[in-house]
Amino acid sequence: MMTDDINARIDGIVKTNKVVLFMKGSPLFPQCGFSSRAIAILDHLNVTYESVDVLQDQAIRQGIKGYSDWPTIPQLYVDGEFLGGSDIMMEMYESGELAALFAGADTAQ
Amino acid sequence: MAMAADDIEAMIRAGIPDAVVEITDLAGDGDHYAARVVSPSFAGLSRVKQHKAVYETLGGRMGGELHALQLTTAAS
Repeated sequence: MMTDDINARIDGIVKTNKVVLFMKGSPLFPQCGFSSRAIAILDHLNVTYESVDVLQDQAIRQGIKGYSDWPTIPQLYVDGEFLGGSDIMMEMYESGELAALFAGADTAQ
Repeated sequence: MAMAADDIEAMIRAGIPDAVVEITDLAGDGDHYAARVVSPSFAGLSRVKQHKAVYETLGGRMGGELHALQLTTAAS
């Protein structure tokens, strides 16, 4: 039942925010190189996003891995869909796909 | 306990036999790796699914004893 609760909580966060990054630390003080890289990409693209610091919430820290069936953090969600971790963000940034996605999603500031 | 580059490569190859695997030890400390995995079996799969296929070959070590593995994948 705990799992259902946390999945529902995460689902709520993901569905009510157009762009949300689950990360270690905050955008100003990322606590891990991968989270830092994810923030740098989003900031560079001038994207408005919500962030969730999993270090402040152990239930989410564990639950998010089951929610997306993805073993690592950070995790980026756009329009309710899991997009990937920092490696996929970097690949999509370099190929221009990420900029195109956010331009289409109308999330640019 | 960190993993050796050879072990990572062997596990990926065991799980995806046609994969071309290239491992780089980023920091020279046996703990921070980059892996590029190219496999025809990735054709038509989303990036998330390609990465998940690689993570599966590592049998749950990703995010655990393998903290820092930068992964890129491609079908060709």
